[in-house]
Amino acid sequence: MDILQLLISGLANGCVYGLIALGFVLIYKATESVNFAQGDFMMLGAFVTIGLTNADYMALPFWIAVPISIGIMAVLGYLLDRIVIRRMFGESQTAVVILTIALGFVIRFVAGVIWGHEPQSLENPLAGKEVSFGGLVLGMEDVAVIIVTILLTWFLYEFFNRTKLGLAMQGASQNQLAAYYMGVPVKRVQGFIWALAGGVACIAGILFAAKGAVDPNTGLMGIKAFAAAVIGGFGSLPGALAGGLIVGVIEPFASRYIAAGYSQIAPYALLLAVLIFRPHGLFSQVRVKKV
Amino acid sequence: MRIVFKTDYMQDLRPWKDGYQLSLYLILLGFAVAAPFLVDAFFLGELTNVLIWALAGLGLMVLTGHTGQASLGHAAFLAMGCYANIILMDAGVPFMLSFPLAGIITGFVGMIVAIPALRLHGIYLAIATLAMSILVDDIIVLTEPWTGGVGGKFAPPVNVFGVMIDRWGTPGGFYYLTLGVTVLVTLGYINLLRAPLGRSFIAVRDSEVSAQAMGIDIARTKAISFGVSCAITGLAGALMGLFSGAFNNETFSVVISIQLLMMIVIGGLGSIHGAFFGAIVIGFLPQFLSISKEWVGALFGGGNVAIPGLEFGIFGMILILFILFEPMGIYGRWLKIRTWFELFPFYRKDMFKRQKSYLKTERLR
Repeated sequence: MDILQLLISGLANGCVYGLIALGFVLIYKATESVNFAQGDFMMLGAFVTIGLTNADYMALPFWIAVPISIGIMAVLGYLLDRIVIRRMFGESQTAVVILTIALGFVIRFVAGVIWGHEPQSLENPLAGKEVSFGGLVLGMEDVAVIIVTILLTWFLYEFFNRTKLGLAMQGASQNQLAAYYMGVPVKRVQGFIWALAGGVACIAGILFAAKGAVDPNTGLMGIKAFAAAVIGGFGSLPGALAGGLIVGVIEPFASRYIAAGYSQIAPYALLLAVLIFRPHGLFSQVRVKKV
Repeated sequence: MRIVFKTDYMQDLRPWKDGYQLSLYLILLGFAVAAPFLVDAFFLGELTNVLIWALAGLGLMVLTGHTGQASLGHAAFLAMGCYANIILMDAGVPFMLSFPLAGIITGFVGMIVAIPALRLHGIYLAIATLAMSILVDDIIVLTEPWTGGVGGKFAPPVNVFGVMIDRWGTPGGFYYLTLGVTVLVTLGYINLLRAPLGRSFIAVRDSEVSAQAMGIDIARTKAISFGVSCAITGLAGALMGLFSGAFNNETFSVVISIQLLMMIVIGGLGSIHGAFFGAIVIGFLPQFLSISKEWVGALFGGGNVAIPGLEFGIFGMILILFILFEPMGIYGRWLKIRTWFELFPFYRKDMFKRQKSYLKTERLR
């Protein structure tokens, strides 16, 4: 029973990692660049929701605040692409990485100025409720996190593989020029994917803030989510979720069964091992590079 | 308008273009040597800090600027150099021996790290090095008997050619030590760039496929580049440890790694000048901010409010502006300004325009 309890709480944590990793993978899949600020996006989404719904701020009803903040984050994502990222069109991956790291610094700074540096948590209708399930006591938030994540991953997976827009995005990532010749509006597609990533980050932020507390440095958790995305193999949506779950589950087990001091290095050690033995992740998509 | 007129093959081989350029650098060196007599002790400390950062920047520049391998984990090698130096000194090895040994050990470790990393491209390499940088923090805590763990270690005064040098007691001496190391490394770097090895670094950066077609062993070149880069970074780390006096597992955090990468991007990737320009920005930004904050406070009567995280916010903004508008960094801008003056009426706007490129994936499915 103990192990099961650890497993469930690990899974719920892993789902948040997985959602941030989904954001990484979305942008990577569609533009082949990596958004290091995704963790900070999540933090910002959480703070926007807190700002809308918490009693100290605007005190809107929870279910009205959530769609509004997802909308705000989507618009922010779109504007970010429109104003900053689009100028990087055709530049090297590394330049975009450095740019988004810098963006993360700026977002962290802005969030600190607006909402302060104290950890805050989101007031939500699910807080404190529990369900017992055959002797197992689960927080409602944990259950909600797992359900939302599975639904969202399924939705995005279907979106990429079945809809015209999803296929256009894949095409745009594989060869921008060829996709453009085929009539894919490459730039508009790129703007859309950033908006989508903003929305997903916001959902991740809401779930995270409902489970625990956020402060401006929460965004640094993005590094762990990043490990998750890499373990799953960049470019695969179910892989990102699986990577997130693996990292999420390893953490509580490592801190329980491995000596203190060694436990927190477990996710990174796993990351390095994956990179060394399967350089493109467990769900690899790379074959051989051709000239 | 100034034209370099070449009359001799040696002019292409030697590191400087003409006597004018050489004399400019000699004047700069003269000022650097005279600095302890020109500025006060506080400013001299800042100058030393800038030189150490520049040295670390040179190390990363070999790898990122000239071999094209982005590393987000160079703070790990700074830490390694620092701890190797101090641990050797504690074991009774004189500084004159432990300092180069620290560089060699770090370079060697860097080469070993490079072997699995060689299979990784671009973004994956950045992640692997990032993970390593995070791991080093914990490893330092775990190997407490040697490293002192969370409690950290203190740097003793060092003996250089019979002169005892201590960062607080003799800031001038420490400045000269740093300056000497930096100048030697820079000269070595300039020489490396005109040697076959340096050329093959650049070839690997520009196109791995073409480099391979030209007969360059890519794996070997990358491993050597890692080694050279880490050795220089290790020297910088050793100096950084001596400079800060006391250090522990948190001194060389991931943030330092990221800061280091950002520094060379602001300075200008792929140029030795870039490391120095970037170091100047990093070194003087905190002072500049505190001065301008007082100034703004005096102007609007808002008092001197401390805004946490301001430094990183401003730093991020500067970096974003540079990547968007001047991807070649401060050195690139300086190059344009200089060319404008050198070619006075004939400078055209498109002279430095880069070819448009489009993205093609490495994924096949």
